[in-house]
Amino acid sequence: MRRRDFLAASVAALVVPRPALAQARYRRLLILVELKGGNDGLNTVVPYADQDYYELRPRLALARDAVLQLDARAGLHPALEPLMPMWRAGELAVVQGVGYADPNLSHFRSIEIWDTASASDQYLSSGWLARAFVADPAPPGFAADGVAVGGNDMGPLAGAPRAIVLNDPDQFLRQARLARPEQRSGNAALNHILRVEAEIVQAARRLSADVPLRTEFPANAFGSALRTAAQLAANRGGVAAMKVSLEGFDTHQDQAARQQRLLAELAAGLAALKSALVEIGRWDATLLMTYAEFGRRPRANDSQGTDHGTANAHFVVGGRVRGGLYGAPPDFGALDGGNLPYAVDFRSLYATALERWWGIDAARALGGRFPTLELLRA
Amino acid sequence: MPTTPARLLALLLAWAGAAQAAGMGARDARHLLLRTGFDAPPAEVRATARLSRAEAVERILAGARSEARTPVPPQVLAWTDPRDLRGMSPEARKAFQQDLRARSIALKGWWVDEMVSTDSPLTERMTLFWHNHFTSSLQKVRSPALMYRQNVLLRKHALGNFGELLHAVSKDPAMLLYLDTARSRSGQPNENFAREAMELFTLGEGHYSEADVKEAARAYTGWSIDPADGAFKWRPLLHDDGVKTVLGRSGEFDGDQVLGILLAQPATAEFITAKLWREFVSPRPDRDEVRRIAARFRQSGYQIRVALRELLLSDAFWASANRDALIKSPVDLVIGTVRRYGIRYSDPLPLVFVLRHFGQDLFSPPNVRGWPGGEDWITSQTLLARKQFLERLFRADEGRMTPAAMERAVERVPEDGKPYVRRMLQAAMDLRYLPRRGESVQQARARVLDPAYQLK
Repeated sequence: MRRRDFLAASVAALVVPRPALAQARYRRLLILVELKGGNDGLNTVVPYADQDYYELRPRLALARDAVLQLDARAGLHPALEPLMPMWRAGELAVVQGVGYADPNLSHFRSIEIWDTASASDQYLSSGWLARAFVADPAPPGFAADGVAVGGNDMGPLAGAPRAIVLNDPDQFLRQARLARPEQRSGNAALNHILRVEAEIVQAARRLSADVPLRTEFPANAFGSALRTAAQLAANRGGVAAMKVSLEGFDTHQDQAARQQRLLAELAAGLAALKSALVEIGRWDATLLMTYAEFGRRPRANDSQGTDHGTANAHFVVGGRVRGGLYGAPPDFGALDGGNLPYAVDFRSLYATALERWWGIDAARALGGRFPTLELLRA
Repeated sequence: MPTTPARLLALLLAWAGAAQAAGMGARDARHLLLRTGFDAPPAEVRATARLSRAEAVERILAGARSEARTPVPPQVLAWTDPRDLRGMSPEARKAFQQDLRARSIALKGWWVDEMVSTDSPLTERMTLFWHNHFTSSLQKVRSPALMYRQNVLLRKHALGNFGELLHAVSKDPAMLLYLDTARSRSGQPNENFAREAMELFTLGEGHYSEADVKEAARAYTGWSIDPADGAFKWRPLLHDDGVKTVLGRSGEFDGDQVLGILLAQPATAEFITAKLWREFVSPRPDRDEVRRIAARFRQSGYQIRVALRELLLSDAFWASANRDALIKSPVDLVIGTVRRYGIRYSDPLPLVFVLRHFGQDLFSPPNVRGWPGGEDWITSQTLLARKQFLERLFRADEGRMTPAAMERAVERVPEDGKPYVRRMLQAAMDLRYLPRRGESVQQARARVLDPAYQLK
């Protein structure tokens, strides 16, 4: 039996479902935004008062008067201007120094660590959200536990009992009539197909495609994925968690122009998403966090880019977020092999979402206790 | 004479030997053809069924081509000096982008045509395997000409020597651009290629240190390309000729010497063998068998045919537990269906788009790790897309799109995409199964819509 089937079966046998509680908790939506490739946190949340920053990046550093100053030390990349209304409204938390011990600099291994919430030397097969949903299932009436919107990669939802990938709800429903629930067999590959088929049938039964939104989204792939996310958030058949990706942050060369474009897409997309969630009355019931496999090296390389690094800055936004700066600013005096030490274990962000947002026991999904951050309002 | 157990055994063995000599039978033949090619057409199954397993494997390996037979469209080969782009007016730049898109699509269509028409499907399967191993992507390389040259290189070595392939592809211009080697220089080397060469191309994770990556990166400096024609160019002034220490060995290494060090590690043969196992045998490699086959692979001086022969003749390959144990990739499904059902088309464009929609955009793998494959091919989205494609292909009624409906569909796409979508829809309407003797539309449809059709 596969690990996931085993977990699902044992949990189903042991846990007494409390649908009403689950219903209430998962009306609070969690949206994860992956900055794929490893966004350069130092040119996102800029330590503009630190001389070392300018020495490490003579041509790549952002000038003091170019950044959007958050306090006397940290400023946002100018392309993030569309996030400033959220900052001023106290709905944007900036967490600096997020990482983990003994960091791995491979894209694939490191995102696996983030997706599975493992330690650096620990190999887990299921995503951290998947484990949370196995332990505390979304109510039966929900269309899905989680939806990976756009792309094809389940990330933290990999192995979830009821998770789907979906780009366009309308198209999904038109195609779903081809799916038929069938009996399981002894063949693992076939079982995988049949399980996906069953997840489609379940989701299609509960989703409606007809969700008009007045908010305009940016005309790019990230914008349309966020529009789909907002449509799903507005759906009566609930979804507890979503994952959206913005790709292209692996800026080994000519970083400035590329990151500028990507951060502009990120900020415009998130501003539109907020507007849509306000429109449908769910902004206060939404928590959104960014994540990425790693940050980038403080010292620029010779191709006007940056190589793989470690600790990174991330954003948490939502109607109930307590805005401000969290974590620790980069300490260039403490570089280890040229890379930054971390201040906040990434699993603390996950624990905050699980315990403080959903009120579920994080230790089961995360394999241990991690301190939560005080970045939510009651 | 009384029948003793020993005599009985001897009789059984003789009978088994005769059966073997008489051929492996249709079931084994279908398995072998599907796993080493794209489809198992009835005539091929009959011919292969008469051979022994070893004979059939030998025939497939010996008959593999190393060059494509489909001529490449000349527009694909056009090279633009990147220095010419700098001074371009915005209009000229836009025209260049549009031309780039047209050439990229022509390149993808060319490979689709080759896979559909080739008499050496294993060559294409292996070329795709190496494309997914030594990844480069049009998204970053932005030159169909260089991606085509890389494809020619991968095909040439597809069943040749892995060491030669590694050396050649590391200096391949598309690779030099994709992993930034062309921009790397003494003093501040770019680590991108050095890391992926160890992690993804040879050793696999856990067999090298961060220090090895940093040192190796210095050795690859100086490998560059000539902007005039996009060919490899050695630039000694950019090369770091100092002493480097890689995997415990020190010397004034250049890039080829470091690749030699990587090839000398047993981990490399095991890493490649395990990947070939997942491609041809089953999702979960048998560790002991991989070790055994990897040792022979390494002893042979990295002859890819040696590794393939061992894998295809292993007990695991033929074990009943490993039949239908692999999920068809988008290429397996699309190319296999087109070949198996003799579906004719005048324009490969719909197939190019379908592959992308299913998650396997040729020449544009998602990242340097390539397509993860296996169960990752099947998500709610791609499964529905696969079913819809098959359902449309095997529809008994005409169900043609009206011109008005086509125009409505074209309306929804951005201006510069309209010609492609129109062309694609037009071509897609002709893409359908025409019943031939033996199998009606309904029968074929039932077969392809069965979930088992997604397996090989």
